[in-house]
Amino acid sequence: MKSVSRLGWAGLVGVLVLAGWLLPRWLVFLLALALAKGVAVLSVVVLMRAGLVSFGQGLFFAAAAYAAGFAMRWGVRETLLLVPWSVGVAVLVGALAGLLVARYRDIFFAMLTLALSMVLYGILIKAYGVTGGSDGIRIPTPTLLGVQFSGEGARLVVYYLAVAATVVAAWTMGRYDRSPAGYLAQAVRDNELRVAYLGAPVPRVVYLGFLLSSGLAGLGGVLTALNVGHVDPGLSYWTTSGELVFIAVLGGTGSVMGPLAGAVVYELIRSYAFKYAPYAWQMMLGAAMLLIILFLPGGLWSPVERLWRRQTT
Amino acid sequence: MGRGARGWFWLAVAVVAAVAVAGRTWAGAPRPSEVKVGIVTFLSGAAAAPFGIPARNAAEVLIEELNAGRVPAPYSTRGVGGVPIRPVVIDEAGGAEKQVAEFRRLVLDERVDLVIGYISSADCLAVAPVAEELRALLVLFDCGTHQIFEERTYRYVFRTHGHQILDNVGAARYILRIKPEVATIAGINQNYAWGQDSWNTFRDSMRRLKPDVRVLAEQFPRLFAGEYSAELSALLAARPDVIHTSFWGGDLESFLIQGLPRRIYERSTLVLTTGDTVLPRLGQQIPPGVVIGARGPHGALAPNVPLNRWFREVYTSRFNVRPVYPAYHMSQAILGVKHAYEKALAANRGVWPTREQVAAALRGATFETPSGTIRMALGNGHQAVEGVAFGITSRYNSATKEMELTRVLSFPAECVNPPEGMKSEEWIARGFPGAKCP
Repeated sequence: MKSVSRLGWAGLVGVLVLAGWLLPRWLVFLLALALAKGVAVLSVVVLMRAGLVSFGQGLFFAAAAYAAGFAMRWGVRETLLLVPWSVGVAVLVGALAGLLVARYRDIFFAMLTLALSMVLYGILIKAYGVTGGSDGIRIPTPTLLGVQFSGEGARLVVYYLAVAATVVAAWTMGRYDRSPAGYLAQAVRDNELRVAYLGAPVPRVVYLGFLLSSGLAGLGGVLTALNVGHVDPGLSYWTTSGELVFIAVLGGTGSVMGPLAGAVVYELIRSYAFKYAPYAWQMMLGAAMLLIILFLPGGLWSPVERLWRRQTT
Repeated sequence: MGRGARGWFWLAVAVVAAVAVAGRTWAGAPRPSEVKVGIVTFLSGAAAAPFGIPARNAAEVLIEELNAGRVPAPYSTRGVGGVPIRPVVIDEAGGAEKQVAEFRRLVLDERVDLVIGYISSADCLAVAPVAEELRALLVLFDCGTHQIFEERTYRYVFRTHGHQILDNVGAARYILRIKPEVATIAGINQNYAWGQDSWNTFRDSMRRLKPDVRVLAEQFPRLFAGEYSAELSALLAARPDVIHTSFWGGDLESFLIQGLPRRIYERSTLVLTTGDTVLPRLGQQIPPGVVIGARGPHGALAPNVPLNRWFREVYTSRFNVRPVYPAYHMSQAILGVKHAYEKALAANRGVWPTREQVAAALRGATFETPSGTIRMALGNGHQAVEGVAFGITSRYNSATKEMELTRVLSFPAECVNPPEGMKSEEWIARGFPGAKCP
């Protein structure tokens, strides 16, 4: 089983690396955007493992993106500093928010996360002098190991950064899924009371999942910021968080690959809908979602997963 | 000459002729079969009805008329330099991140020759650096932020309309002309960059022009709040002489519809800097005595020139409503681009110009539009200046189904725009140095 999965991973990384080379530049940009979003979708899926649906991942997504923006304003341009710093800020926000939010379940959890992300949105809008309000902050092209790239080179650097980050995120997620905390999270989803009676530390398990989730969302956020070159409060708006949940359902929540594949497919559908149906692109997305719920209730990736399982067992 | 030899001779002539013809077309880049223009404007969401759709409509009708060669002088050649324009229309919804991706796709995949677009200031700020990176021509047509060309210099990015400074400096000057005794002001503006910038500019201009003016209330309800009873109560209680608002679209309509029954206009003079967009929509619901702006000489305040009469006529007959200011902004962008292409074409002796040549032709250009003469005078020739006009509603005209405007005053561009090289905030703080007002 392990060798097959390893082969799959190697294949995926190979395809992504080649894609940066072969695909047209606008598609490479779109793919980098999709990978960044895919990493953030993983953060939604982590919480879904424990039966929690967050409608406020935009909180960490935006916190990390703005952290990068401020660091750049203070003169830090190095990618290898920006990424850990921004993810760190997101985890710190998660550590604080988690103290409150991780005690709640179901709709209360969903609404509280949504509320917190909207609080950040409000702050970003109102603190016009500091955050640039709705105009946002410009993110100049970062350096890598002190080297300043420009033009196409800079795009490729950001793309390969997204690929590397995706691999790290997916690997972490895979490890988490097979770790005691990961198994316990799934048990919490199935029957929290029973897990508590068995003596397992339920609050700690949920809190840990929340921390991991905030880190992943933050990683997605900083990647998006570096890729787009501009951050605005829309990153913390509830539609951004809702979009991440949408992609999670679209791609399927059972695996690590599902959310990533979902993000790529989502961006592609959206882009082509923009192109061919500029007046009805929202309807196209809705129709795609309906079709998937009707015919692939486990998400886009579920047939591949089933095939995979049949091969390996 | 034998038969075979004659055959060879003609073949040789044919080859030489073919090479000559091909050589000619290779040497001077051939005229393309079309000029592909990306048009980005809101087709969905809250900004679509008041701004996005009028702008789209203007692009549609203007490009059709240009391609048919029916636009009056100086734009009577077909398309641009005889080459038809083909628009590719894209929705501006989805946020700055989506718009950056779509801009890249328009330039790299659809290979548009240029992009005209963006109503949201965040989108303008996000897309402009990408245009520089891709060396793609970008003409911003409606966004209001004054930051873009005051903070950075661009080679490929242009804006063919004035920024929000002129609306609010103009509003302050207008108020002091028609109501010199004004002593107290208040503002209600949406809580985002546009509202904050607009109010700050208006307030600071008033204070500069009449230092004893007192500010009684500064309100910033959130964008798309839609419900303003608390704010209205506060404004009614404060009794300011003037209430300034840069509200637009649905928010402006909601504010008026909720404020009019409470007679907000009786104690205070309302100043609506984007009021032009609601004139055709609210008709006689708007009371007399409201100050109306149009972000420049557009819409109801546009100059009575042949180009404007023609534009109003074709637009109204197609869409059954007169053009509002976003439609005028779109016409400025399209005509500016046509002007630049044809200027570059002439300078190039008829050889099709490169992007750089078109950009060079647009830099610092002066061209005619339905809103009057536009000069690309700021930001190193990349930012247009316009004059601004304000008027005050008087009586309902049942023929146009709109309130008529009286006491219309126009302020020339030099009066309401900072001089080149000076930031807007500094210009206002130092008391408008260099401003030439009638």
